[in-house]
Amino acid sequence: MFTITRGRLALVSAVAVGAVVALAGCASGDPLDEGGSAEGSETLVVGSQDYYSNEIIAEIYAQALENGGFTVDRQFRIGQREAYLPEIESGSIDVFPEYTGSLLQALEADAAGGTADEVYTALEAALPDGVSVLDRADASDQNSWTVTQAFADSYGLTDIASLTAVTEPITVGGNSELETRPYGPTALKEKYGIEIAGFTPVEDSGGPLTVKALVDNKIQLANIYTADPNIASNDLVALDDPDGLFFPDNVVPVVSDKVDDSAAEILNEVSAALDADTLVALNAQSVNDQAAADTIATDWLTEQGLI
Amino acid sequence: MNLFASAIDWILDPANYVGLNAIPLRIGQHLVFTLVTLLIASAIAIPLGYLIGHTGRGRGLAVTTSGGLRAIPTLGLLTLVALWVGIGVVAPYVALTVLAIPPILAGAYTGFEAIERRTIDAARAVGMSELQIVRKVEVPLGLPLLIGGLRSATLQVIATATLAAYVADLGLGRYLFSGLKTRDYAEMLGGSILVILLALVLEGIFALIQRFVVPRGVSGRLGTTTTLGTGSPAAAR
Repeated sequence: MFTITRGRLALVSAVAVGAVVALAGCASGDPLDEGGSAEGSETLVVGSQDYYSNEIIAEIYAQALENGGFTVDRQFRIGQREAYLPEIESGSIDVFPEYTGSLLQALEADAAGGTADEVYTALEAALPDGVSVLDRADASDQNSWTVTQAFADSYGLTDIASLTAVTEPITVGGNSELETRPYGPTALKEKYGIEIAGFTPVEDSGGPLTVKALVDNKIQLANIYTADPNIASNDLVALDDPDGLFFPDNVVPVVSDKVDDSAAEILNEVSAALDADTLVALNAQSVNDQAAADTIATDWLTEQGLI
Repeated sequence: MNLFASAIDWILDPANYVGLNAIPLRIGQHLVFTLVTLLIASAIAIPLGYLIGHTGRGRGLAVTTSGGLRAIPTLGLLTLVALWVGIGVVAPYVALTVLAIPPILAGAYTGFEAIERRTIDAARAVGMSELQIVRKVEVPLGLPLLIGGLRSATLQVIATATLAAYVADLGLGRYLFSGLKTRDYAEMLGGSILVILLALVLEGIFALIQRFVVPRGVSGRLGTTTTLGTGSPAAAR
């Protein structure tokens, strides 16, 4: 009897110890943990948004840097800007592919728009100490208000302002943060007097679910990024934005002080080669061919002679 | 701790009790969604489970299939169904029903299986038809385990129903998604606390139901059979 009790006690203890060890393992697995000191100062942390196209660019940066002899720690798919911006500002991330206009608006809510260069200059001034931007690429991946070709045809839609001609209720679909963005449904109403009937959350950042909802006419207006190959392949129209509701969003690496001149040179070479068509083509490889980000990055860098 | 206080403030803020994003409205949507999901899942899983439990056939298949269903990631299934039927409530209903079926199915057939075989033989011996055995013996005696299965399904559905907000303007998940993506952690934690409270309330209700559905006299008889050394009735508790 006593042996049985002791055996059971041992079993219970073993389970308890196992659980504690397992939980302790969980606790130390913070994905945003800096861990810089242990890995030495040579390690550059490259981050990316939770957006496939951004991940491809981040992977391109990472591989180019690795080719230049740097050790890279990849912290990809962190989230949307609200989630990772504090990490960049605190210097936990050293290289992050960003978009000039959206980043500027995130840093200064009342920033003025303008041309790609004006926005870039304003962004340089708006960045906090210890964080800077390198050269911007010609490639841009802007927000847009996108409708289907059929919807555009039936109301003669060309630019955002022409949405006032729409007589049926317009439901907007997109990530829930779209509701509060400076170009969101509220801005459409205040700036253009466009009546928005409702907002439907589709939390995939203008991905396949959003495109399907547009094509199915479950939503009429969606925020789809202009470098998205789905716009061409699904007969969608990104409405013109002559008033600059959306800021120009050129791809630009945001870097910390840990990025030295030789690393900056590598990233600038990448940006110089990255033009608008290239970005759409890279995205298409991911969306249409289901290629992995690292494969796409290696292929492109090899083709450009950058690695 | 500070965050926790601001989450409580968020829950108590009167501004969150008006309009289309009001807390009571979201709670109502969440409850209705959970209830309908459980009804659909029950309509599929209970008859199937009773059939398996009564005939003893297809148990292996049921165990493997429901085990497989449990392993399906709900968000993945939700996205897949939404890509097929489009955004809206249909995809979440399908995904969550798949989540709810295994525990209910298991509750239904184990409820039948846990019944003392001699009890059923006795029912047959006194001349009950198979249908009468199911209705008058197996269903009442299997009820505690079925309710247990429903209870576990409810808990899973009410927590996972937050995913409905991924493709529909529905439920408490809206606070989680919008809080997460706009760094409004008070809203996010507040929404989570509401989900936890709902889950606890439903747990309490089910605990009560489970106590009352044990047929009168069963507990006493279980005592005598246990001393006889058969383990299965104890498993039924």
